[in-house]
Amino acid sequence: MKKGLLTKQNLCWVLLVAVVFGALQGLISAGIINPIYQTALMQIGINIILAVSLNLIIGITGQFSLGHAGFMCIGAYATGVMMKQGSPDIMGVLIGMAIGMAISAVIALIVAVPTLRLRGDYLAIATLGFGEIIRIVILNMDITNGAAGLVLPKVVTWQMIFIAVVICTVVIVNFGTSAPGRACIAIREDEIAAEAMGINTTKYKIIAFVIGAMVAAVAGSLYASSFYVIKPEMYTFNKSIDILVIVVFGGMGSVTGSFIAATVIGLINTFLQSFSSIRMIVYGAVLVLIMIFRPSGLLGTKEFTFSALFEKFEKNKEGK
Amino acid sequence: MTQFLQQLINGLSLGSIYALIALGYTMVYGIIKLINFAHGDIYMLGAYVGFLTTTYLGFSFLPALFAAMVICAVLGVVIERVAYRPLRNATRIAALITAIGVSYFLEATTQKVLGTGVKTFPDVLANTTFTIGGVQISNQQVLIFIITIVLMVVLQFIVRKTKIGRAMRAVSVDSDAAKLMGINVDATISVTFAIGSALAGAAGVLVGLYYNTINPLMGMVPGVKAFIAAVFGGIGIIPGAMFGGLFIGIVETLVSGYASSLYKDAVVYVILIIILIVKPAGLLGKNVKEKV
Repeated sequence: MKKGLLTKQNLCWVLLVAVVFGALQGLISAGIINPIYQTALMQIGINIILAVSLNLIIGITGQFSLGHAGFMCIGAYATGVMMKQGSPDIMGVLIGMAIGMAISAVIALIVAVPTLRLRGDYLAIATLGFGEIIRIVILNMDITNGAAGLVLPKVVTWQMIFIAVVICTVVIVNFGTSAPGRACIAIREDEIAAEAMGINTTKYKIIAFVIGAMVAAVAGSLYASSFYVIKPEMYTFNKSIDILVIVVFGGMGSVTGSFIAATVIGLINTFLQSFSSIRMIVYGAVLVLIMIFRPSGLLGTKEFTFSALFEKFEKNKEGK
Repeated sequence: MTQFLQQLINGLSLGSIYALIALGYTMVYGIIKLINFAHGDIYMLGAYVGFLTTTYLGFSFLPALFAAMVICAVLGVVIERVAYRPLRNATRIAALITAIGVSYFLEATTQKVLGTGVKTFPDVLANTTFTIGGVQISNQQVLIFIITIVLMVVLQFIVRKTKIGRAMRAVSVDSDAAKLMGINVDATISVTFAIGSALAGAAGVLVGLYYNTINPLMGMVPGVKAFIAAVFGGIGIIPGAMFGGLFIGIVETLVSGYASSLYKDAVVYVILIIILIVKPAGLLGKNVKEKV
């Protein structure tokens, strides 16, 4: 049975996105979401994109990457340089984003081909190394203005970030349910068994890694064009850990979880400013506690889907 | 030539410190297959213990070194007990994330309690420099080297000749079989953490003495580099960690001496990636076939 695009579920998703967009727009024009919260909103949007893309690599494919900040850095600097050298407007951002995604994809490919043969913790260390190499190279280039970084105008609005979040999520969720995505899940569950079933494990790991890296570049690009300043020191190993915390907290393998975790952590950071000095302590403790008591995170690999919701309704009806 | 020798001497001092940290990584990895990300932070805490004892308690160098080793050993055991033991049978990734969490926790707590700023390590040992054939060697460099060698010899003795060392080797080969042979696996792992952390603590005090400044984030980069050293020499192999540490230290000083110090970190990461691709078991490691 072939389903078209116009299913009940898809319509519900479109409706949900429209409602959320409308609600945010309404709150902003009513002045309830003031400019400070609007900044937080944009930050949350970017973090969602980052978390979802890392989730594709860690949660769906089961490959542990600690170099995600490096790809974000590429996206940010591609956009930054494009805006400095080319046009500091939305065209510049889009071209920079495309260039950033292309460079990210190429570098991810270069990184992935040798390192994805490694397993588990070796892969983590190798990706950590690559992420740092990317940062050090950018730190030493002239066009990127070294350690001082780039000062950029703000051209991206929260609406654009919202659209980007939707597009990135749709791409990754659909990848996850496609045939290559299922191959990736098989690799996560048991790499040797997947190989025995005839899945080209290296190929699918590379595909997932490259897509994740490209989406991270999008996030970097949006960050560069909405937060005025980018510096190489923003993209250290710590940034990768921040993203990892969101993914682990939400549940490795759950895109819904990444959404919830990014939003909750974003709100905590905004509303509890005084909390910021002990934030890192809490992050560290939370990571340990989650791993000990609930290693699958908030939602595990569960997803919120309308089709599951409908099925529940159907069952309830039948029950009556 | 003189400059090369000078760089070599500087590299040996730095390399000795990496080697001391790498030993802890390699022992822990050998026994429970965990990359103890928090190990670099134990080294940082060792430096702080040295700083606090010499500044506020007036300790001289050797007592401060000893205090740092003891406190770090206790800390290592506590961390293992609280954070890693509940995850003994969890996936490797879960254990690695826990280690990252512990590392974050230690760094942030130190920043909160002792301040984020740089602290100046007191001059507990007057610095005198000898010149031999145009090469300058300070007494601190000699001391670092001697202490490293002594600690490594003691470690080799413990691992090779004592009962607990034999237990450690047995657990690292097969912990289930070791348990069946009547070895207390938990206690053995605790001792491994204690020894590894004590070495890191010693490295922390030595680095404080050598570079004079310490800060709460000083453990991150040397931690990763020491891990690279351990991988380079063959993780789980004690002579490999010493060799790898010295090698990485020398390469790093040569790169900052002859090329640019901005690239010294990048070169170390490149070495890691090359070794992982060409010989993942490390230089002294044997290839082990993976069984399903």
